[in-house]
Amino acid sequence: MEWFDNFWAVYSNLVLTLGTNALLALSIYLTLSCGMLAMANAAFMGIGAYTSALVTMNLGLPYPVALAAGMAAPGLMAFIIGKPTLRLSGVYLAMATLAFGEVVRIVVLNAESLTGGALGLNGIPQSTEWWHVGLALLLTVAVLWRLRRSRVGRAFEAIKEDETAAGLMGIDVGAHKMLAFVLGAMIAGLAGTLNAHLTFFIGPNEYGFDRGVDILTMAILGGINSLFGPILGGIMLTVLPELLRGFKDFRLVVNGFILVLIVLFLPKGIWDPARFRQWFSRSSRKGAAA
Amino acid sequence: MSKAASISLEMQSVSRHFGGLKVLQDVNLAIPQGGIFGLIGPNGAGKTTVFNLITGLLPPTSGTIRFNGQDLAGRKPHQITRLGLGRTFQNIRLFKEMSLLQNVMVGMHAHLGYGAFGLLASSGLFRSEERRARERARELLSWVKLDHKAHETADNLSYGEQRKLELARALATEPKLLLLDEPVAGMNSSEKTELMHEIQNISARGYTIFMIEHDMRFVMGLCQEIAVLNFGRIIAQGGPEAIRTNPQVIEAYLGREDDEPVSAAAQGEQA
Repeated sequence: MEWFDNFWAVYSNLVLTLGTNALLALSIYLTLSCGMLAMANAAFMGIGAYTSALVTMNLGLPYPVALAAGMAAPGLMAFIIGKPTLRLSGVYLAMATLAFGEVVRIVVLNAESLTGGALGLNGIPQSTEWWHVGLALLLTVAVLWRLRRSRVGRAFEAIKEDETAAGLMGIDVGAHKMLAFVLGAMIAGLAGTLNAHLTFFIGPNEYGFDRGVDILTMAILGGINSLFGPILGGIMLTVLPELLRGFKDFRLVVNGFILVLIVLFLPKGIWDPARFRQWFSRSSRKGAAA
Repeated sequence: MSKAASISLEMQSVSRHFGGLKVLQDVNLAIPQGGIFGLIGPNGAGKTTVFNLITGLLPPTSGTIRFNGQDLAGRKPHQITRLGLGRTFQNIRLFKEMSLLQNVMVGMHAHLGYGAFGLLASSGLFRSEERRARERARELLSWVKLDHKAHETADNLSYGEQRKLELARALATEPKLLLLDEPVAGMNSSEKTELMHEIQNISARGYTIFMIEHDMRFVMGLCQEIAVLNFGRIIAQGGPEAIRTNPQVIEAYLGREDDEPVSAAAQGEQA
């Protein structure tokens, strides 16, 4: 097992980042699956990270309490800003949520006494074990899986396809959008909490626009027509830069190029069950003809 | 009052204006419980607006709408649906990327008896309710003879089949009154005849139906009572025979031979 110990010593951070990134991709998948382009997930991650870090560092409370706070705070925040913003649709919702993210970043930057300002928070206890991340991912997937196959999941999909028709099917459109938004925020907060207690340090710029775009890219790249898609996207976007280390200075160029190609040729994401079904039925038809 | 009890939907002096455009003016309608009621009228008469007001997509400018005695003012579309009003659309609005079965199951949303707890914790209740929903959805699909396509995507259906799926989906909301907005628009005559039978079957199962239709023969063949809407006003109401011979209705559909100043003014107002 020596090789494993070596591997773990070098890559443990990367492996655990896979988990938190998968969680982030799932968090935005929830709002996307309900037809909303909400870009506040990086901010929710930040709120979760800061809240939980302050709970463990300043209040000295145990890690489970920090986890709960790291999910509750962004959830509550989502509920508050969701009230006015979720009436917006399309790019307008994206703009409003992006603006919110920027507000969060600036508040964190200026509330120096609490958040350390631009210097960030140092010395967060590294309480996150590998199995915490694994369990968090597993539970999130289990909940989302159940949700997807329930009337709530069907309602999300119906809202995504035609909001008016969904309402006339007896679906409370506003409440379901709010549910997706708040749940997404809580998952992002969970990822933020796990991540903060993994990295020892957090700063305000980790949760800005770049991160928001990264999160969206993971979900879109993987495909949002299944739960596996966002996870796959999260894994790819984490691993790809590492695999491309051989390109040295051109690493990010190649990275971007690959992403462009995927979006160009697989617009519905890498993992697209509908396309797989099509392939399958085509090959089985060929088989039947032969 | 036995009369009040037998009224399903009642519109009392309902008006709807869009800016200066008076789309509906002082509309009074009483849809009796049971049977098929038709609303006809030339293009642009305001028929779909009537449905949009009833289902809560638009608020009326004035007037009241009551459904089974309950005032619908201020209620959201999903609340009105839950009172027992189902509808289809003139320009089909299916959930195109979902399967037929899923489309119909969406309609059952408010009738599945598991809350958040049942969803996350209780497998038994969740499974049995979902199974019930699936079986009911299959049954409704069989009513419109689409059960053999239950797992296909709604997008793959022919035009006539899409209309029938909309019907099944509306039935899934368990409506006491079913609003059909031009159910045979764009269908060929054999599809029309088929749908006519299906609507008769649905009516025979005890659903009250209120339909907007353009096709006179279709309406005359199906409806027990018909109201005629022209330029936002109800100009006639009665049985098919009375409507067919009503001079005002004939004028609205065919125009009048001698151009009286009154009708010229009415034309000018619309133009």
